[in-house]
Amino acid sequence: MNAVAVEAPASIDYINADYGVRSWLLTKDHKRIAVLYLASVTLFFALGGLFAVILRLELLTPRGDLMQSDFYNRMFTMHGVAMVFFFMIPGIPAVLGNFLVPLMIGAKDLAFPRLNLLSWYLYVAGGLFTLWAMIRGGVDTGWTFYTPYSSSYSNSHVILTGLGIFIAGFSSILTGLNFIVTIHRLRAPGMTWFRLPLFIWAHYATSLVMILGTPVVAVTILLVAAERAFGLGIFDPARGGDPVLFQHLFWFYSHPAVYIMVLPAMGVVSELISAFARKPVYGYKFVAFSSLAIAVLGFLVWGHHMFVSGQSAYASVIFSVLSMFVAVPSAVKVFNWTATLFRGSVSYDTPMLYALGFIGLFTIGGLTGVMLATLGIDLHVHDTYFVVAHFHYVMVGGTIMGYLGGLHYWWPKIAGSMYPKFWSRLAALIIFVGFNLTFFPQFILGYLGMPRRYHAYPEEFQVLHVLSTAGASILGIGYLIQVVYFTLTMRYGKRVGNNPWGAVGLEWQTTSPPPTYNFETTPVVDWDAYEYKEKEAAHV
Amino acid sequence: MLRDLPLHPPSASTFAGQVDGIYFFALLVSIFFSLLIAVLIVTFAVRYRRREGHEVGEPVHGSLWLEIGWSAIPFAIMMVMFFWGTKVFFTAIRPPAAAIEYHVVAKQWMWKFQHPSGQREINDLHVPVGTPIRFKMTSEDVIHSLFFPAMRTKADVLPGRYTTLWFEATRPGTYYIFCTEYCGAEHSRMIGRVFVLEPHDYETWLAGGAGIKTPVARGAELFAAFNCSSCHQDAGTARGPALAGLFGKPVALADGGRAVADDAYLRESILNPTAKLVAGYQPLMPTFRGQVSEDDLMQLIAYIKSLQPAGGAAAAAGTPVQRAGFDGEMP
Amino acid sequence: MSSTADMPSATGAASTAAHHPLLAHHFDTLDQQRESSSLAMWVFLVTEIMFFGGLFLAYVVYRSMYPQVFRAGSHELDVLLGGANTAILICSSLTMALAVRGAQLGQRRSLTVFIVLTMLLGLAFLGIKAVEYAAKFQHGLVPGANFHFAGPDADHVQLFFSIYFAMTGLHATHMIIGIGIILWLLPACARGRYGPDYYHPIECFGLYWHFVDIVWIFLFPLLYLVGRH
Repeated sequence: MNAVAVEAPASIDYINADYGVRSWLLTKDHKRIAVLYLASVTLFFALGGLFAVILRLELLTPRGDLMQSDFYNRMFTMHGVAMVFFFMIPGIPAVLGNFLVPLMIGAKDLAFPRLNLLSWYLYVAGGLFTLWAMIRGGVDTGWTFYTPYSSSYSNSHVILTGLGIFIAGFSSILTGLNFIVTIHRLRAPGMTWFRLPLFIWAHYATSLVMILGTPVVAVTILLVAAERAFGLGIFDPARGGDPVLFQHLFWFYSHPAVYIMVLPAMGVVSELISAFARKPVYGYKFVAFSSLAIAVLGFLVWGHHMFVSGQSAYASVIFSVLSMFVAVPSAVKVFNWTATLFRGSVSYDTPMLYALGFIGLFTIGGLTGVMLATLGIDLHVHDTYFVVAHFHYVMVGGTIMGYLGGLHYWWPKIAGSMYPKFWSRLAALIIFVGFNLTFFPQFILGYLGMPRRYHAYPEEFQVLHVLSTAGASILGIGYLIQVVYFTLTMRYGKRVGNNPWGAVGLEWQTTSPPPTYNFETTPVVDWDAYEYKEKEAAHV
Repeated sequence: MLRDLPLHPPSASTFAGQVDGIYFFALLVSIFFSLLIAVLIVTFAVRYRRREGHEVGEPVHGSLWLEIGWSAIPFAIMMVMFFWGTKVFFTAIRPPAAAIEYHVVAKQWMWKFQHPSGQREINDLHVPVGTPIRFKMTSEDVIHSLFFPAMRTKADVLPGRYTTLWFEATRPGTYYIFCTEYCGAEHSRMIGRVFVLEPHDYETWLAGGAGIKTPVARGAELFAAFNCSSCHQDAGTARGPALAGLFGKPVALADGGRAVADDAYLRESILNPTAKLVAGYQPLMPTFRGQVSEDDLMQLIAYIKSLQPAGGAAAAAGTPVQRAGFDGEMP
Repeated sequence: MSSTADMPSATGAASTAAHHPLLAHHFDTLDQQRESSSLAMWVFLVTEIMFFGGLFLAYVVYRSMYPQVFRAGSHELDVLLGGANTAILICSSLTMALAVRGAQLGQRRSLTVFIVLTMLLGLAFLGIKAVEYAAKFQHGLVPGANFHFAGPDADHVQLFFSIYFAMTGLHATHMIIGIGIILWLLPACARGRYGPDYYHPIECFGLYWHFVDIVWIFLFPLLYLVGRH
């Protein structure tokens, strides 16, 4: 391979290049911005997790005895808002994407470094508004804000929370814009589209969804806020409006939004499977095009959230069949990843454990999604715990596994140190077990009829709820173990060289951590994305 | 009292079994493919684990046929699920013509049911077995959703609009009613019970509320109280169109369009009379918004539906009243 | 909307020198930098189309449900003022295009004059809009507690005005932002920073201004000209 290795002085990297709070808060370095995002999304993940713990505790008993129903309603709403808008959607793109996109394509930074910093500030501003709303009492509409409850009836801080989400939405749009321009214009010479790592394809597809979908939810939030503030009546039937129009506008973004959440994780998984089987990803072009297909088709299926909303049955039929279509590229990816293991050289490092966990859990989540897309089934399980289980399988079993796998894979590159092998594998196992125990019982609960967003429930559902809460505590322990060893690693972790995993990719050609400008001279690429050779495989 | 089976709720409607059928088929497909992937992953991960002298994987040539195969086969299976599920869906959402109409008004945080006999219930609902029932539903405030898990059906209940749900109960017993659209603070208390009774038990129960006015009778009272007949007389006047025999018929509108005089049209015409002005009439009718409740509207519409031309009021078309002997025979 | 280096202009300098004062460190050539800015601007405009798109969707849905109402509501709007605004905006697009041309040719005075004219025309547009809004307020046509419409189906007419205010309000907000950007660019224009080597901030802003103009060109007939012959 002809990569130009960086000959920087051994000790200067992007972390120690400059000291002081100002040098971080006014940085233009995409790697520092990624670390800023890492800190902030982790905070929101912890907050969302706290709300989840509270509501799972309440659900241990059938009666609403731990808290008032109004408080419970705010808990599940803010769990959703914090997790969806401030962790899941920015998550992988803002942390791993920001750090790796320039490195992987051989660029010195993203196309617009200052816009990147602005993205982070917008995220923080949006987060602060939402936090302020939470501190002042929160919001109780559900993260889906259905009208007319949210626009005319709720007594909670809808406008303030909406404003926070609106501002964070612009963070998302600018990140997507930055990625698109970067991937189009800043690829190193020789880095053709089909030599790009699949992580880049995934982030490109994600960025398309970000820029096309987010503005629609932004204007929808504005309309709800205007309706509350000025009494407009766009969604209020008493004033001639249509509450179902809100649902169409909301889901037009929020369905593609789930692909914003899962596509980057799929990109991570492609990298992990390839690196830890030491083989090119099977069916590279198919996986690349599947990312694009998911992004495009994902815009055509929003009505599958509205089968029982009163929309026309014929519209429901069309949305149902289109939802089956969008499942195909996801299936293609799962099969190609599995095939990548065939005749590979598979190691059981922690990132690989997460990648394999992703494939299994995403398969279950995706298949239950197809079940939900089937009209006859959805009629019964819509708005029950079946849906809750489905989306947690794809978002936690899927995206969060991908995020954690990516974090563990690129941690040595980001921090320059390595975490303890035993504890990281243990945490992965605990998380896998805890996750399944939490959410699998919920499929059963859902088919039995247990509705969503219920504070109190009939007694016969208690056993399944207890299992679920037990699983959640195990899941929580797994996350806590990670927090502990990552914190310790930052201080005491063993230093690593350029390429501790023996992987290929431009990011592994530089030091760990990389210098501020990534590459002193732009590399010239004349190899395919995942060319593994015996001699490069040895750990460096 | 309430039986709960480990994997599915009691089955108490004519199409519950069909819903279970497509569900368990889809479940089997999902289990099959999940297991398949899990087994393949574990097998490959073990068989091809990293060993001395085997540090790198061997690139395997892609195969177009394999890609096509594992795209086409899942797609075909999903198409089976789609067609089957759609068929079940249409069975479950299209009430048979003979279904009896019950009224449902949802509000924060209770269900108000009204039988065709006029009997009203809150949160609880008594229905006869073996009778198809169609629920005409609306909400007084926010979006709710009426869910009968044992019947395997639900539908959102919207403000400002009528939505429909139907079932025919097949097994006597007591089953849950849930609200499945978050509607505010006491959403989880909008729980009710549907009591499916043998026909003569239902008659007995109905008889306990003797003297209750049917929707048609109550509607007639409201019609008089609001003085509707001053403009809407049997023969029709210059001021307002005749209502006898109007229900279900097409109506020519003043702006050249046409509408069908269905439930939604009648409701809108009472609340917002100038929205669909009938051709040949002036916009004279005042609005009754704020004066007439959703419940009242249902009674008025039931009355208007019952009006027949030539001979005037109350033939109870399609609203069987306190007739003795519900022996499964439909009116 | 570019974020490249803020440095004094260098007219006629070679555009591929790695140490060119206007070249940001992470770009290899000035061409790459300019093309990136252009692409970014177009992508941003796509997001703006989706932003307004939600409102256009609401318009389409409600107009198809209540065509009469839209006709009635539209008749309450002042076609002359709306038409004047349309003419003003079209002129402002002309002046903006001429400003871009001035930047491309390095004609400092031409650029500055035309961009100031663009701003003045934008302010005139906003002034007329303010007059219109005030009139609506006086006639009780602002949705909310004080809405009052004498004709038929007042409920749904309120809906028309909700959409009218939402769409024109969003558009006006974009105009205000545009004028703000002109004010921000003005000192650099006057000092002659933009020339054949480096004019893409003006070009990108020009794209934004034309976009805002085009949105109005859709809004005007859809809101003001419903059912007029």
